[in-house]
Amino acid sequence: MEILLEILSELHPDVDFESCDTLIDDNILDSFDIITLIAEISSEFDVNIPAEEIVPENFNSAKALYALIERLLDQ
Amino acid sequence: MLFASYGFILFLTLLVVVYYLIPRKHQWKLLLGASYLFYYFSGPENLLYIFFTSLSTYVVAVRIDTLQKSQALHLAENSGRLSREEKKAYRALAKSRQRKWLMLCLVLNLGVLAVTKYTNFAVANINSVLRTLGSGTRLSFWNIALPMGISFYTFQTMSYIMDVYRGKHPAEDNFFRLALFTCFFPQLVQGPISRFEDLSKTLYSEHPFDSQNVSLGLQRIMWGFFKKVVLADRILVAVNTIIRNPGMYQGVFVSIGMLFYAYQLYADFTGGIDITIGIAQVLGIKVKENFKRPYFSKSTAEYWRRWHITMGTWFKDYPFYPLSVSGPMLRFSKYSRRRFGDGLGKRIPVYVSTIIVWFTTGLWHGASWNFIVWGLLNGIVIIISLECQPLYDWFHSRFNVKHTFPFRLFQVVRTVLLMSAIRMFDCYRDVPLTFRMLGTMFTDFNVGELTGEALLGLGLGMADYLVLLAGLVALIAVSLLQRDGSVRNKLAVKSAPVRFAIYYVLIISILVLGAYGMGYDSSQFIYNQF
Repeated sequence: MEILLEILSELHPDVDFESCDTLIDDNILDSFDIITLIAEISSEFDVNIPAEEIVPENFNSAKALYALIERLLDQ
Repeated sequence: MLFASYGFILFLTLLVVVYYLIPRKHQWKLLLGASYLFYYFSGPENLLYIFFTSLSTYVVAVRIDTLQKSQALHLAENSGRLSREEKKAYRALAKSRQRKWLMLCLVLNLGVLAVTKYTNFAVANINSVLRTLGSGTRLSFWNIALPMGISFYTFQTMSYIMDVYRGKHPAEDNFFRLALFTCFFPQLVQGPISRFEDLSKTLYSEHPFDSQNVSLGLQRIMWGFFKKVVLADRILVAVNTIIRNPGMYQGVFVSIGMLFYAYQLYADFTGGIDITIGIAQVLGIKVKENFKRPYFSKSTAEYWRRWHITMGTWFKDYPFYPLSVSGPMLRFSKYSRRRFGDGLGKRIPVYVSTIIVWFTTGLWHGASWNFIVWGLLNGIVIIISLECQPLYDWFHSRFNVKHTFPFRLFQVVRTVLLMSAIRMFDCYRDVPLTFRMLGTMFTDFNVGELTGEALLGLGLGMADYLVLLAGLVALIAVSLLQRDGSVRNKLAVKSAPVRFAIYYVLIISILVLGAYGMGYDSSQFIYNQF
């Protein structure tokens, strides 16, 4: 989780990713951020997030995103 | 059949009457028949194309759905027996089988679009290359008319099949229901590009007559007609005068043409969508909004989140994300970061995807280079603005103006001017000419040429300018009111005299001030050609 929070903070240093759960709903993360994030996750966690998983529920919070990574690693 | 024509008004009136008289369980079937009839009037042969696309999408979606169900059952039945690696391998194999069907459908549907829309563009380019090479050989152009709305319904069916493939929703097992989703007539003219999960919620439901819904729908239709026939079709005359006489109208007149076209396109496209959403509402069906006050956007990226929203989200969800997270692109991303460092190296792959997607967006709008250049310029502007972000951050750290009204106004005006300038490629339809004309705004700009006489020489009288000015005030007022809720709902709580005064002004404006040609047929919507 720390690594993910680091990646997110690099994108938007001014956002509190530990508490924010409206990253997509409030347009904090845009499509460019999401792509950059997925590339970072791919290299840090060795997991590829497919396009069908790019839905607000998976990207609205760091917690949801981490749960997605764990689920994909588990498959 | 044009929306703004006697024929269509008669067609719609009859449809609405019959729709609410027949047993409700047959309403969607009536809509299917009416949609095919509407489409028949655009050219009987066009029915073949839309039927083929509906059929191919239906067959493949059902096939993918069947595969998904049988594969899920296999995994559930063998969950104890299969190891994690075996399950993973099985899932990969299952997905690959589904992908083959998906590809077949995309090739078939995009094939029809490519043949009808892009064949002559390809022929023209091949002939250009042959000419450049000095060859006397020329390919012949194909005499084929572009089926109305093919770009819209093809994209709609593509989103449907992709969503079935992604497991977002199951396949529709009734062919005729899917056929209605593909050909629902209010959307055939110029979109919006609906998603099955949204439109299907109300498209097949039983709709009792709801006078409030019908009244709100009719108001929206009236507002759409006002924008189209009173404003867009009026200012069209001046835009055409400037665009068709580039030798005469340069410099300051290009900027006038640019602003007038921004006005025309807004009134035309949003007016058409108002009519579409209004018709659907009269029928009790909910169609997604396609605009969110786009001319109040403070950046190009924001503008594209608020203008033609269903197209923007389509391009984001289907080509942009899959392309950007594809294996080759992720490998390119790793290479890029090694080669160019963590800063620029991270951004380059995103920019490559952006350019590819904007190239495709341009090509979708039309089979000609002016649309491709238009698309690429949009992508380039977005990339430049991202690259300038550190400069913006530095500026805002020095000057505390970010949240002030004058700065926001500057951002809005800048965005509107930038988008309007790029849109001139859509107007002149000639890339070198557009660059030349835009150049004259900097080399031959003389405000003194803009006399009253010159403005009247554009084909509009003083009364027309007054109508357009009043229309502009109305458009801005409605947009401002919309910021905190629906204008029609606000109107509904006003006293009857106020409400009816506004309705009558709107109706009389449409009847008296509409820019009607011979035989009372308005011009076609701009987006209908795409």
